Amino acid sequence: MSAVATEVGTLRLATAGSVDDGKSTLVGRLLHDSKSVLADQLESISRTGTPDLALLTDGLRAEREQGITIDVAHRYFATPRRRFILADTPGHVQYTRNMVTGASTAELTIILVDARNGVVEQTRRHAAIAALLRVPHVVLAVNKMDLVGYEESAFAAIAAQFDALAAELGITRVTAVPVSALAGDNVVEPSARMDWYGGPTVLEHLETVEVAAESPDAPARLPVQYVIRHDGIRYYAGQLVSGTLRVGDAVTVHPSGRTSTVTALDVLGAAVDVAPAGASLTVRLADELDVARGDLIAPDERAPTATRDLRGAVCHLADRPLVVGQRVLVRHTTRTVRAVVRSLGPAERLTANDLGEAVLRTAEPVVVDDYAAIRRTGAFLLVDPVDGMTLTAGMAVC
Amino acid sequence: MTTTAETPYGLGHLDALESEAVHIFREVAGEFERPVILFSGGKDSILMLHLALKAFTPAPVPFPLLHVDTGHNFPEVIAYRDRAVAAHGLTLHVASVQEYIDRGVLRERPDGTRNPLQTVPLTEAIQHERFDAVFGGGRRDEEKARAKERVFSLRDEFSQWDPRRQRPELWQLYNGRHAPGEHVRVFPLSNWTELDVWQYIARENIELPEIYFAHRREVFDRGGMWLTAGDWGGPKDDETVEKRQVRYRTVGDMSCTGAVDSDAGTLDQVIAEITASRLTERGATRADDKLSEAAMEDRKREGYF
Repeated sequence: MSAVATEVGTLRLATAGSVDDGKSTLVGRLLHDSKSVLADQLESISRTGTPDLALLTDGLRAEREQGITIDVAHRYFATPRRRFILADTPGHVQYTRNMVTGASTAELTIILVDARNGVVEQTRRHAAIAALLRVPHVVLAVNKMDLVGYEESAFAAIAAQFDALAAELGITRVTAVPVSALAGDNVVEPSARMDWYGGPTVLEHLETVEVAAESPDAPARLPVQYVIRHDGIRYYAGQLVSGTLRVGDAVTVHPSGRTSTVTALDVLGAAVDVAPAGASLTVRLADELDVARGDLIAPDERAPTATRDLRGAVCHLADRPLVVGQRVLVRHTTRTVRAVVRSLGPAERLTANDLGEAVLRTAEPVVVDDYAAIRRTGAFLLVDPVDGMTLTAGMAVC
Repeated sequence: MTTTAETPYGLGHLDALESEAVHIFREVAGEFERPVILFSGGKDSILMLHLALKAFTPAPVPFPLLHVDTGHNFPEVIAYRDRAVAAHGLTLHVASVQEYIDRGVLRERPDGTRNPLQTVPLTEAIQHERFDAVFGGGRRDEEKARAKERVFSLRDEFSQWDPRRQRPELWQLYNGRHAPGEHVRVFPLSNWTELDVWQYIARENIELPEIYFAHRREVFDRGGMWLTAGDWGGPKDDETVEKRQVRYRTVGDMSCTGAVDSDAGTLDQVIAEITASRLTERGATRADDKLSEAAMEDRKREGYF
């Protein structure tokens, strides 16, 4: 078989956990045992003799000096069945924003717990973030099983505890795996020391878990990024962030509300009759409409919500606080609008890493979906209009 | 696009990477006044140009190219660059390291390497032409400091990168706000691996400079790498030239980019070779990254690509 013909799917995943939970060791083990670490990289982490797998993920000088992960690092590995993009995020409370960042594009998140400690406050926070960001799948990696004698009862108790927490938060798809990242049990290779466990290893699960980020029948959403004009024809360019689009579909251009029909679809040089979710494409419409960057093309049925009162769950990211009455820019799909913070909860002022709710009054309408239904048209950022700093991440509720 | 290989889980991995890169190009076209594509004639910049052509088809690419020319060029690569510029009706800006050396602004390093000397001409070209978005072909899989890089990376007037003060980047909502004098480095290939690049080049049948494929060449050994003899200053007296069957895995300044022994003469053979390789492309071929643990981090902080 030609290497060229091998097209596989991609899974985007995030990891959450602290140094103490062995997160870096787990990630290092995944990379190492899936043979994604090459000789020169191994050499650079083996200066003291045996390789320290945790060092594979610490990229910056400050991180190596302090022995902690500060920022989100992206790692890439592949097996014959799938390709993986891993956002490796630090776990402590003061890095909640980094966890939120990693989870924002993840289809699966691995939450680590120490088998000796079980579900702790930090685990609750990680699970809450996975639920808030609507990460469709959660893997609970119960690590350091070697330190509890590989006992089934220890694992079962923690898995049950986490299931209760997940149910409370509305997380439906949880897979718990007993592992020892240090010894390599159940990360890539099945453990010979836990024959009571009949489930998949972490990697087997990552390779086979079914990921359909949105439900297959989600309505089409095409935020217009750019208008390509050529030979007197206007092509509306964008990425189909949800649903499928077909030639002949009756569509509405938001927020103007004008209607038309799709007459042509072109996926990067190839004319198609139907385009799948995720494709970057251009669309032509039957009618001469004034369509610009920031508009949203959507089918007439199951229309999105146009509103000037944007409500959502938020995570505050910046070191400077967010306060009621503050002027901000709302960055949503391909649109940026001015807004004022009307109200905040649970406090009138959010500081870095706080989770809460916000209501914004926007200068122009934004066209949103409930984040729980469609991530890409429900997600928004608040940006400081003065220096462009990214302040807050938001998930629309409507 | 030749095929939309739909896996049970949506787009195939190459289609997903292609779509993501095109989305990034179009975001920049929609948000910035004066973008530019860094173009060295290496495979990653050739891939960027190919994706930009697709992103704006049937119209031409709405950005010029900028080549930071170290003066130590492979002739095949310069010929390729000029053909590409002519074929697609593009504008080419050249920032010349040699010119800075001739003017006495930059000094040649004792090791003869000009890679770190590119930062000043690059930064000044950006300031002079008032480019506000600068596309680079950097990939996160290349190097561990790059693994922490954003897709949209804000730089001050000195092009400096501060890894501790990066903007959080969530979903596919890129924040391109910047003050006058600042610019944004944009990395549309962030999520591609070396293997993805080659698989995609093969799928799309993209032409590359010949030096990426096995050929006989006069080389000499320096620090465990095969360097090409040339006017740039190699070999030294104690180094001997020999003829070997080699190819380049990366293309950069001749003085610090090594060739690897190879019989891979076709794209499929190159892909098979990379799949079996036990070295990363930078580990195998870049002398400048062997200098220290944080060599790339330090160069990036100073405004390097």
